[in-house]
Amino acid sequence: MVDETPHASDPVESLSPSDGQDLAEVKTVDRPNNLPLPLLAASGLIKSFGGLVAVDQVSIDVTNGSITGLIGPNGAGKTTLFNLLSNFIHPDKGRVLFDGEPIHQLQSYQIAQRGMIRTFQVARVLSRLSVLENMLLAAQHQTGENFWLTWFKQKQIAAEERQQREQAMTILDSIGLAHMTHEYAGALSGGQRKLLEMGRALMSHPKLILLDEPAAGVNPTLINQICDRILTWNRDGLTFLIIEHNMDVIMSLCDRVWVLAEGRNLAVGSPTEIQTNAQVLEAYLGQ
Amino acid sequence: MLDFSGILLFFTPGYLVSLIIFTATFALFSLGLNLQWGFTGLINFGHIAFMTVGAYTTVLLSMKGVPLVLAVLIGAMLAAGLGLLIGLSTLRLREDYLAIVTIGVSEIIRLIALNEEWLTQGSRGVYSYPLPLEALTRPTLISKLGMIGIWTAIFALAGWQLWRWTWQRRDRLGQDTREGTQPGQIGKLTLSVATAILGLLLYWAGAVSLYDYSYKAGLMLVLVTVLALVYWRLEALVRSPWGRVLKAIREDEEIAKALGKNVFWYKLQSLMLGGAIAGIAGAFYAWQLSFINPDGFIPLITFQAWTIVVLGGAGNNAGTLLGAAIFWAYNSVTRFLLPAIAPALHAIVPAIPPTLDEGRAGAFRIMIIGLLLIVLMMARPQGILGKKEELSLGR
Repeated sequence: MVDETPHASDPVESLSPSDGQDLAEVKTVDRPNNLPLPLLAASGLIKSFGGLVAVDQVSIDVTNGSITGLIGPNGAGKTTLFNLLSNFIHPDKGRVLFDGEPIHQLQSYQIAQRGMIRTFQVARVLSRLSVLENMLLAAQHQTGENFWLTWFKQKQIAAEERQQREQAMTILDSIGLAHMTHEYAGALSGGQRKLLEMGRALMSHPKLILLDEPAAGVNPTLINQICDRILTWNRDGLTFLIIEHNMDVIMSLCDRVWVLAEGRNLAVGSPTEIQTNAQVLEAYLGQ
Repeated sequence: MLDFSGILLFFTPGYLVSLIIFTATFALFSLGLNLQWGFTGLINFGHIAFMTVGAYTTVLLSMKGVPLVLAVLIGAMLAAGLGLLIGLSTLRLREDYLAIVTIGVSEIIRLIALNEEWLTQGSRGVYSYPLPLEALTRPTLISKLGMIGIWTAIFALAGWQLWRWTWQRRDRLGQDTREGTQPGQIGKLTLSVATAILGLLLYWAGAVSLYDYSYKAGLMLVLVTVLALVYWRLEALVRSPWGRVLKAIREDEEIAKALGKNVFWYKLQSLMLGGAIAGIAGAFYAWQLSFINPDGFIPLITFQAWTIVVLGGAGNNAGTLLGAAIFWAYNSVTRFLLPAIAPALHAIVPAIPPTLDEGRAGAFRIMIIGLLLIVLMMARPQGILGKKEELSLGR
């Protein structure tokens, strides 16, 4: 049931200049060209915990520039798959290619450095750091993170910090957290934490963001806001892989949806195809 | 009749100099622990191991004729190397395992020092080793004034920092602390005034003893200078992006990993740097005692450092200095005060003997410090300089 033909729709074509305005500064990824390369391609992933095979021969690919959905009933192995892709858990078997290079041997932090950032199902923030510090941490290639350079390159570090602060403020503004800049991140509400997590991911200038249930436990207005942000960022060239149970979100955002059930690939296709797929309906609703 | 004459000894420059040396050594030692635990969240119950390595390396090398500065640096490097070893073998494990392994390592190091007699002379200990500024027995007036100048400069800098801290309008997160938190401001002011008075007393004692030069005064100056330098560098480091990564690891290392930080390497760096600082503290520990044997490096010392860090507020370098000062001030005051008031205590509680011998008095003082810690943790669980609001945050 795995669809081998590349996905046709290209979200970049409909870029309107006004939309991406507030993020113009933070955009680093090249606009995806018209060739829909798989940015992420995993094949034959296997992971078992004791006797339980949580992920069994799962393959998935994410087209560059797309918003790809990942759905499935509870316990289908979605979050485990995220952990395998980002190597927070090492797969027993299988290959993961990111941007054309194998990454399944790399450490999770190296994968993040290459531009694949994951978020967590239950949003995680650095509680006793300010919202701004949470954002600043995400910036990549910081001179000041090298122990010895903090002694010798103080001017350069100060300049970088100023620049990153501006970027962080732009992003915080765009996710509506600007008024919380100097609060402890631990003081944020659940929905705000989700937003901060996404903003933090964006701050690292990734190519691909793996979002684990961005709309879970978030009120409808905020869900709309989150979807809005995802679409804007996508138009700016960011690729997304999204786990979500909220079908409205999946239908309105995704170009293509992968379905997992009981640790296996069940289906893949456009949202409408998936919605009418008998097997998928059976998996969700039961026999 | 109460006899308080012993307390007057407390205010003689000679005694205050010894007190400054003890306090500064432990402040240095605890700053290393504060970096590891307060900033990085590494539970190190074997901090004394680094001090042992630093002390023995410095002393043994200098007895072989290695210049003192070089010997201290090698000691610090070996202590950092020990940190690397502990880290490589345990940091991948969970936090509680790290705690157990570190306490084990500290005992292993002490037992090596006890049993490898060819190297350390075991329990007989090492003595008559070279001390810093030993040759300087009768300094000229000019060098005395120079030393007093350095002493003054350090205290002036500290005073300036205290002044800025007292009157700063914004806290670390950039929020106005003056508005609406008047009680906080009054507490801050009281603390500042008390610190300033104590500082002036110590400055006077130090300046007087530098003028009537003795070996201890010279050691005190070197030590306080090193402490000031380490403090200054640590403050710069924890405010840098490097320190931000450490704090992120303390909060949630999975986030740091997910954002591309090499968590393992940063933990190692923290453990090694904290170890190196403790190694330097070890050198001063050996110099002030002028005799070391393994009995001086028992696990209790580690927990004294923990007391100091918790007292001051974890993750706060200034708090660690304050914690060390309070710890040693308490230690010394009660040493004189307790025998003086023992008869009065005996009148109230007959179970307390009218004359306390040294062993009993010592045990009693430790009991009281435990009690004080419990009271502090109930009244101010964040430590003296910690931030209360940080405790109410969810993860």
